[in-house]
This record gives sequence, C-alpha cells and structure tokens, in this order.
Amino acid sequence: MSRTHVSCNINGDDVEFLCDAGESLLDALRDEVRLMGAKEGCGTGDCGACSIILDGRLQCSCLVFAPEADGATIVTVEGIADGDHLHPLQECFLEGAALQCGVCTPGFLVAAKALLDRNPDPTETEVRYALAGNLCRCTGYDKIIRSVLVAADRMKEEVAG
Amino acid sequence: MTITEQRPSYRYVGTRPVRHDGLDKVVGKARYAADLVLPGMLYGHILRSPHAHARIVAIDTSAAEAMPGVRAIITGADFGDLPADDPERNMTLNLMARDKVLYEGHAVAAVAAATRRQAKDAAEAIAVTYEVLPHTLDILAAMEPGAPLLHEDIFTTGLDSEPTEPSNVANRTCYERGDIEKGFAESDIVVEGEFVTKPIHQGYIEPHACVADTGQDGKTVIWCSSQGHFRVRSQTAAMLGWDTSRIKVIPAEIGGGFGGKTTIYLEPLAVELSARSGRPVKMVMSRDEVFRATGPTPGSVIRVKLGATGDGRIIAAKAWLAYESGAFPGVWAMLGCMCVVAPYNVENFVIEGYEVVVNKPVNAAYRAPSAPMAAFATDTLVDEIAQRLDIDPIDLRLLNCPSAGDQAPYGPKWPLIGLRECLEAIRDSEHYRSEPAPGHGRGVASGFWFNIGEASSATVNLNENGTATVVTGSPDIGGSRASMALMAAEELGIDVHAIQPVVGDTEVVGFTDVTEGSRATFATGMAVVEACRDLKGQLRGRAARMWECEVDDVEWADGQATHSGGEHEPLALADITAEAGRTGGPLGATASLNARGAGPAFSVQVVDVSVDEETGRVTVERYTTAQDAGTAIHPDYVEGQMQGGVVQGIGWALNEEYIHDADGIMENPGFLDYRIPVASDLPMIETIIVEVPNPNHPYGVRGVGEVGIVPPLPALANAVYDATGSRIRELPLSPPRVLEAIMSGNGDGG
Repeated sequence: MSRTHVSCNINGDDVEFLCDAGESLLDALRDEVRLMGAKEGCGTGDCGACSIILDGRLQCSCLVFAPEADGATIVTVEGIADGDHLHPLQECFLEGAALQCGVCTPGFLVAAKALLDRNPDPTETEVRYALAGNLCRCTGYDKIIRSVLVAADRMKEEVAG
Repeated sequence: MTITEQRPSYRYVGTRPVRHDGLDKVVGKARYAADLVLPGMLYGHILRSPHAHARIVAIDTSAAEAMPGVRAIITGADFGDLPADDPERNMTLNLMARDKVLYEGHAVAAVAAATRRQAKDAAEAIAVTYEVLPHTLDILAAMEPGAPLLHEDIFTTGLDSEPTEPSNVANRTCYERGDIEKGFAESDIVVEGEFVTKPIHQGYIEPHACVADTGQDGKTVIWCSSQGHFRVRSQTAAMLGWDTSRIKVIPAEIGGGFGGKTTIYLEPLAVELSARSGRPVKMVMSRDEVFRATGPTPGSVIRVKLGATGDGRIIAAKAWLAYESGAFPGVWAMLGCMCVVAPYNVENFVIEGYEVVVNKPVNAAYRAPSAPMAAFATDTLVDEIAQRLDIDPIDLRLLNCPSAGDQAPYGPKWPLIGLRECLEAIRDSEHYRSEPAPGHGRGVASGFWFNIGEASSATVNLNENGTATVVTGSPDIGGSRASMALMAAEELGIDVHAIQPVVGDTEVVGFTDVTEGSRATFATGMAVVEACRDLKGQLRGRAARMWECEVDDVEWADGQATHSGGEHEPLALADITAEAGRTGGPLGATASLNARGAGPAFSVQVVDVSVDEETGRVTVERYTTAQDAGTAIHPDYVEGQMQGGVVQGIGWALNEEYIHDADGIMENPGFLDYRIPVASDLPMIETIIVEVPNPNHPYGVRGVGEVGIVPPLPALANAVYDATGSRIRELPLSPPRVLEAIMSGNGDGG
C-alpha cells in the first residue's frame, strides 16, 4: 500500500512526512516526525494527553487522520516555548508544582495555551471547563488550575507592562 | 497550611524549590517508555481471551506466522511452569495463560512484527480453540459451594478445620480481642450494615509500556515504566527462568502508577520476542488493554457491627470482609482486616476476612490497598453513632482516638501517631467551623494506612566543582527526586539545585524495593541521608589533611568545615572537592539499608456536597483534608499527594466502577465510560499538612502517598446522607443510585 505524503508546518518548521491513510496524526507526529511530546493515554479522544493546536483549534491528535494535516499549521508542546524562553504557562506549572508524573502535562499546557490565546482573563470555572477534556490522575487538578490562573495574570502584566 | 508540632527548623527541608526533572516535563522532552525508539525495533501485540473462563484446546499460529512482517510468535507453551509454592507462579500464569484463560483479557499469545498494524493483524489471525467454562463474577456467589472453580488447587487456608474440597476462597484472616459478646451486651447503641464496592482501576494516564533488546550474548536490556525496576528484573527472570544477572532494567519516566505498576505485565514477553527475533521489541498497551488486563483494586462486601456506650465510646466491633482478588489470590482481605477499625480504640472485636477469586483481571495494589472499602463501612457507621447520640462526629472520633502506646487492632502498639492532631486540625479549620451552605450536606471521615520501610540504596558523589549527584533506585512517581535533593542539601549544606538527583538503573545503584507503601521519601531518603553523613565525615578528614591538623579539630556545619581552634579560614564544600585529587581522590559514599520504623499515616477529611434532587448528581462543593506527613520535605508535593489521593477517592465514591456483563465481558473499558474525575467536577482541595515527626527518620518523614484516598468514600457517603437523609451503602454514589435512594425515601434515619 502506498503511503501518503503530507506537508505541514509544525512549531514554525516546514515538515514533510509519509504516513498510512488510516494513521492517526498522533502516531505520525511520534513515529514519522519523532516529536514525542504528545502522549497517547487512550487513543479515543477521552484523555487529552495528545492535545495539539491544529490551525488554531485545540484537537486530540489521536482523533485526526494524519493525511488531514496536509497544509495545516500545528503547535505541539515542543513549540510552546520561545526558544530557551519558557511560556508563562510552563514557568507557572514548574513554580506551582502543577505536575507529578508529568505524562498529562504536555496536553494540559497545550489546552491551557489554547484557552489563554482566546480568553486571556478566564475565571476559575472557565479554566476548569476549558481543561475538562484533559485527564490528570495525580494532582486532583488543584495546582494545575491555580497555575493556569497565575499564568494568565502574569501574561496580562506582561502585556500591560 | 501546615500545623507543626515541635520540629527543628531547616534551611532546605520544608521549602518549595522547582523540581529537578520539571523542565523536561514541561517542554515535552521527558522520556517515558513508549517514547523510546531503537534501530530495527519491532512492535509486539498480545492476543487476549474473549472469554471470562475457558479451557484452551488448541492454538494454531501457522496463518499468523506467514503474514507480512511477522518475526516471532509466542504462547504459553514457550514458558516454563514454576513450582506451586513459588511466589511468582501466579504472576507468570497471569502474563500468559497456559491451559485455561481465567478472565476476559487474559493473554493467550503475542506477536512481534515490523509495524504495529502487522503485529495486531497477525495476532488476530492466531486461531485459538476454546472450550468455554462456567464463570463466576460475584464475590458472594463465588464463595458458595458448587460455584464454578477457577483453580482446582485452592484450598481455603486459615479455617478451623482443613477443607477437603477446593474452593474460590483462598484464605481466611482473623483478628480477635476481648469479649465481643460482653461488649455488645454492655453497649447502649448498636449499628450495623453491609457495604458493597466494585473494582476500581488506578487509572494512570500512561498505559504500560516497555522496550526489550535481547542480545546474542544472552543478556537483555529493558526500558520500562514501573514503580520498581528491581522487581521488574526479578519477575522477568522468574518467568523466563533466567539468572537476574542477564537482565538490566533501565527506568523510564513513569506516567502514574498508584500501585498498579508494582507488578509486571509485558516485560518477559518483550524479552522473549526479542530473543526469538534478534531485534528490539516495543510493547505498549492500549487503554482498553489496561482496563481489561491490568490490576484494578478489589470489589468488596463488608459487614460491620459497632456497639457504643451512651457517651460515645465504641466498645465492640464485629467485621466480616470479603475482597475479590480477580483471577489469582492476593493479600487484600488481610489488609482490609488490619485497617477496618484502626482509627478507633476498641476493646472487644472479631474481624474476619475472606480472599475470593473471581473471573476478573488479577488485582494489583491501589493507593492504601483495601483500606478505603473498610473505612467506607466503619466510618459510615461511626457517623451513624454520632448522629444517633447527637455527638459531633469529630468529638466522637477524638473520644475513641488511639495514641502512642495503645494497641493497634492488628497487634503492635501504636508508635507516635498524629490522628488526634489531624482530628483537631479539621475541628479547628475554617471549613469545619463554618456552617454548610443552605441545602448542602457535610460529611467527615478518618483513614489509616501503615506505610512501609523495605530496602533502599543511595549513592552520593561529590563533583569537583562542589556539586553533588544523588543516585537512588526509587522511580520518581510524584516528585521524590526533589525530596531526595532537599534532604541531601540539608545534610551537605549546599544549594538544592547544586544537587542532581538521578534514578539509577539496576546496574548502577544498589538494590531498592518498589516505590510503594509511601516509602520512597522515608526509606530511600534515609539511605540518602546516611550516605551524606558518611560524606560529611570524609569532608572533615579532607579538611584536616588540607590544614594538616587532627580530624577531631574539624567540625562540619552549614556546608563548611571549620577549625575548632579558629586557626584556619573555613573551607566550603567546593573548596574541599576542588582539592580532592591531592587529598585522597574523589569523594563518594553509598548507603544500603532496610528501613525500620515507618510511621503510620492518618488523614481526616471534611466535605460539603450538594445533591441535585432531580438527577441524583452529587457535586463536591468544598473539601478540606488534614494529613500527618511527619515532616513535609517538599510541601508542594505533599499537598499534591494529598489532593491527588482525595480526588481519586472522590472518583471512587461518586463515579467509578468496573461494569461486567453477564458473560464477564467488561462493558466500560475506556475513559469515556469509566469516568474518572475531570477538572470541572471539582473545587480546590484545601490541605492542612499536620507534622507529627516520625522519630525513626532523620527528618521525621512518615510518607504521604497513600492515606489520602481512604477517607473520601465514607466522607462522601456521610455528606450525601446529611444532604438527603439517605444512607447509601453501595458505591459509587452515581446519579441513578442516589436518585433511586431519594425517590424511594431510603432515609432509614441511620
């Protein structure tokens, strides 16, 4: 079976890869592009560990066929920092101890970034609902939610400052 | 918030530095087992039983062998059978079925092929002929004479007379004290009930994964996600019949375990497939496989009867506990017996427990295993006593609270424990002192867990620039690397980020038991401290050489050597390591120990809920947990353990359950239908760290990983009662069950 050629932009880089028609974008990112940040926790769109931003929209990459990414712009957890300069969400997750095992963390960071990109001033309830598609079994979410709220404040200060 | 009882103040211990492994985890660089790719690597896939109980008549792999990309196929015939008394025998039979499959999802064969798809297709092409057998799923039914038998060789142990017939009841455990008849006769009030819980999965987000690379020299290297790579080595060796020296296990980052990764499922299969194919083999479970084939915590039926005096002293307890252990027996009923009345001083009791096998996945540990179900029964009934005697539920618990020197129900005298301090912390909390909002119900409960010590090793090397590397054998499942570094920083007097904590593989660090029983910071931390203290002695000796004085004239404090006569300028650690080449060579120390004196853990929690009377949905409105940490080395991660345990308990109480159909097929093997709590289900989880230091640890550590999951089950049930007037004695308190209780007016008044 011939493989499908896909061209897309991932984290600012133009990337080409070959994939099977039925392959998930998550598998393509990991197996073909070797970006291992997105994790598979379920493969059925229930846990959010594979979250990416695809053409500006938060998606579970396990629910997208890899060929659908042709021509798309993709942001993964590897693309959130600006070079060596961490995104405020990453800083706040570290300072706020918002991770324990860390396997859900890439998905939470991507989902939280997608939230703050469209709503820079969310309430706690808005953060909780925006992240309800991401499962964490370690933290009970408390420190994750607090860290996102602190990051939002920090980003507002940066804009204002 | 932290409530501290007489502990020294420290420079590093008790601070909240950014964890050393954090950066890799927020930029997507941390390497979990499924992230490893090796040249020429094949993918393994397991064929699993579609039946709950069946005899394997024949397995035909010929069609699968001829399929593209297939390099190796293994079945039960490829593994030896360990002697009946070998403690690892059941593990090996669980990893690959032999003559019988014992649950839906039991492994029957495994394939290695060039791609995942090829491996899966080939596995599905293996033809297995089954003779389906009658199965048993319900604990009570499985205990009955005449129930379908899983094993012909299980004869109940612990009975008064030796049984002559095999049974599904593996053992009976019993603890007795005092005169229970007299106790109940003297009681002014007696409460009793039967409590039922379903199997619950640990629900770690990372499915089990490993890569094995077996070389022509007969040795293998395994990269895997586990709570203990030394146990991966010994269990893999047991299943393969290998000497452990042929196996090296490298710990990957672990994506959650909670007890579920204290045993193995994949590694010997990957090693064998790699040996046969001559290629590295990666095996990664799907979420479906994780649910169907890895260990949930047992379902249970627990009957408890308590007798109390009119002033609230609990003087008699009778408990009957049955735990289903899945397809092979475990130790779950015994643990439940040991915990069931532990938070109470009861003079007269009879506790008996039964370990029951059923045709479901083999159980594994889950955070304070067996304690939550037992607490669900006892602490619900204690709430009933408080309500009927009109005594505040915290005051009632204080009245019956054990302290150091009292005898625990399972035998030993309690050492210094912090249950009373936890009760007082909740009693005095702003949450408890405030009234619940109108319409909300409030529940409180307490919980106990042992904590354990076991074997740990640590190597601490000082680098030439005055930094240190701390190598331990404990996988870091929740921030323990930062705790190791903090204790080393406190000892050596250097900055916590001048210390690099490393989890070493089975060939670079001494034997270390599994990260379980809340033991890593306690026991492995003890080894780190011991190695650091050895180093401090060495540093004094080096300073003496540099000063050409007697070592007795050198003191070590605050990270520097000082001369007792004041004749020399103090030497910082980096001054000494810089000269190490001229004073005797590199500085390093290793400590290996069996940690004794683990400190028992207690937690007390209060929750406010609202109940939607139209749907039966329970919403957690406010939650506060107090827990005795001994000493909180890194308070952020202590709070994280407390909050995580509470939320797992909330999921257990309100939503989670294994659902099997009549044929024993799991109906909810995914996160959509096995619904763990999500962020929008919850409020913040308020924490009160209580510190009653454990005198057996150099910094007073008790271990904090587990006990937080124990109180939520009864606390939520008590809160739902307070809100609705219904005592619901079966979990989960899911909307249909709560609604039915409300509709049927199941308000028995407790």
